Amino acid sequence: MKVIIGLIVLWPLVGFLFNGLGRNVWSKKTIAYKATGYIVASFIFSILAFLHVQQNGATMVHYFDFINTDTIKIPFDFKVDALSSLFLLVITGVGSLIHLYSTAYMKDEPAPHYARYFAYLNLFVFSMLLLVLGDNYVVMFIGWEGVGLCSYLLIGYWFSNATYNYAAKKAFIMNRIGDLGFLLAIFWLVLKLGSVSYGTVLTAESLAKLTSGDITAITLLLFVGAMGKSAQIPLYTWLPDAMAGPTPVSALIHAATMVTAGIYMITRSNILFSASELTQHVVAITGISTALLAATIAIKQNDIKKVLAYSTVSQLGYMFLGLGVGAYSGAVFHVITHAFFKALLFLGAGSVIHAMHHEQDIRKMGGLKSKLPITHLTFLIGCIAIAGVPPFSGFFSKDEILAAAFAKNPIYWVLGVVGAAMTAFYMFRLYATTFLGQFRGTEEQAHHLHESPVAMTLPLIVLAIASAVAGAIGVPALMGGNHWLAQQLVPIVGEAHEAHLSHETEWILMAISVSIAVIALLIAINRYKKKADEEPVSGIGKFLYNKWYIDELYNNAIVAPLNKLAGFLKEVIEKNVIDGVVNGTGKLVQFSARKVRLTQSGQVGYYILFMVLGMVLLFVLWFNDIAILRFIYQLTQKF
Amino acid sequence: MPILYYIYLCLTLFSIGVIGVLTRRNAIIVFMCIELMLNAVNLLLVAFSKMYNGAAYLNAPTNTVGIDAQIFVFFIMVVAAAEVSVGLAIIVMMYRNTHSVDINFLNRLKN
Repeated sequence: MKVIIGLIVLWPLVGFLFNGLGRNVWSKKTIAYKATGYIVASFIFSILAFLHVQQNGATMVHYFDFINTDTIKIPFDFKVDALSSLFLLVITGVGSLIHLYSTAYMKDEPAPHYARYFAYLNLFVFSMLLLVLGDNYVVMFIGWEGVGLCSYLLIGYWFSNATYNYAAKKAFIMNRIGDLGFLLAIFWLVLKLGSVSYGTVLTAESLAKLTSGDITAITLLLFVGAMGKSAQIPLYTWLPDAMAGPTPVSALIHAATMVTAGIYMITRSNILFSASELTQHVVAITGISTALLAATIAIKQNDIKKVLAYSTVSQLGYMFLGLGVGAYSGAVFHVITHAFFKALLFLGAGSVIHAMHHEQDIRKMGGLKSKLPITHLTFLIGCIAIAGVPPFSGFFSKDEILAAAFAKNPIYWVLGVVGAAMTAFYMFRLYATTFLGQFRGTEEQAHHLHESPVAMTLPLIVLAIASAVAGAIGVPALMGGNHWLAQQLVPIVGEAHEAHLSHETEWILMAISVSIAVIALLIAINRYKKKADEEPVSGIGKFLYNKWYIDELYNNAIVAPLNKLAGFLKEVIEKNVIDGVVNGTGKLVQFSARKVRLTQSGQVGYYILFMVLGMVLLFVLWFNDIAILRFIYQLTQKF
Repeated sequence: MPILYYIYLCLTLFSIGVIGVLTRRNAIIVFMCIELMLNAVNLLLVAFSKMYNGAAYLNAPTNTVGIDAQIFVFFIMVVAAAEVSVGLAIIVMMYRNTHSVDINFLNRLKN
């Protein structure tokens, strides 16, 4: 088992080294085969690990001690249990498909850059697996930082474009803010418990050792980390900008896997989070506000990837709502289904962008239904899944979260349903504008429109099937299912404790949310099947089109004052104080040198005089010692 | 004789030497004053040596404590003799070059 789990992580690392070091050596074909092959190998081993967990339960393997001192011991351990093995399958499974897709999508890149791309992608998978497999918060943090780094590298993959570099930096800095919270939480745990291993921290004994203030502080700090990585208010603005990266990267990192790290972390620490009422409220409120804010912005965006990006932020908000109301298995369920349909949607968008020769504005598309039949069909499945129409997967996971939210507080449910309606609306606005109606692009684009190669459509088809049927792993008892996923997760999150609702209530809630979503999507199709949105000139449309002016707000409230402060420090403090000290030192030395020089008169007598005085001084200072004085006294006494 | 007399004598000789070096300008006199200081120290060494040896001798006639200082003084005198020859040679060279033995005349390196 030790070897299998180790290899799951090592294959992508081998791929990274292979492609990273040999990027000037290998042909593009070799690069593509190797990079994809290593992830597929990792996927196969993940299946083995998953089956092992199914039979033998959670397994922990020890490799070496990462830190070993008297006071703290941090082992480098991996742990596969129901939660991490599910994440392994999602990461390596979706990862393999996206690697396969990338081989075709990126084929126009020159070989060294092609290799660089795959090296980064492999490194990302490696870090993500480390994050998920680690058996303590430190190993998780290593992976956490690793995925942040890879995200930065891949957003800035086309580094000759200054805007893209700016987006990469923005993502990195935003993540760093969150990481600081995570790091402080780890320090706090070390301080209070002297350990960061899940086996020690996440137990009832540890909870008893912590005061409620400690728990709230630790969980809130962990949540700050999750906010950064999973793009929640107020740290979400990096994710839409992260769409500067290649589309498969958006699919893998900024939709399916990395951004769900925060949900994984909170689910992992659910014992701590459940122990703090305040944190749960904060998580739920942040989640639902993010879901609504991002959904409103998505309604007015015209860049195909921006819509999907805001949709991702919004769906992550739902997951945090689920976490906040204690529906941990619901949140994990939504992570899994979301990984499928959002990866599908991004890859579909990539296919469209590929066909349109890197045109991303949906106002210039339209009528692609007949030109890209496979892309169209799979994209439609993705849209239905995310809109929450039964029996597609999004319905089951979203409804589980909404039901739990209703049990906690009906207001959450109302807001959640509003968000779900907006989701359905903007997704079908996107769908209708892109695929229905008349083609609005240029003649040349129309001429070159073509379905993507099989390496791109195959992942689409697989993901579409997964998006359609993935709901089967979590069919609620209400519909005669036994909710396999929730049962799997019992060892980690405990028995589901939100099932206070009667079956009638649940049916009614479900009917309401589904019918509202369907109405919203029909309105959207009706409205956008003929024409695209105009650029809004005033009012709320413009406000949403400009993303609530949040970026401008951050610029004016944080970036501009910091720039001012830096300018002040440079112009005033640096020029006057620092330079003054430095120049003053120089001037002092010059001045004193000019004065001291005069003692070197060339008169030998003076030199000797000073020498004698110096000797006398030395004698007075050094030999003014009690032992010598006593000796002299004894001499005078003796003789 | 009490040791203190020797100490006072040596102090006097040494001080004369120091003052001579500081005040006189004739190189030969300065040189003599240096020798004076050297010999003041030599005298002190011998005096202490004799003092210790005398005390030890009373305990056991074969005792040689403090004798080494007297031998040491011989070494100092030998080295001093060598130093005198070098020093006098310098003064001779100085006189040949400047026709003077005034040390204040030797500030030629100034500026």
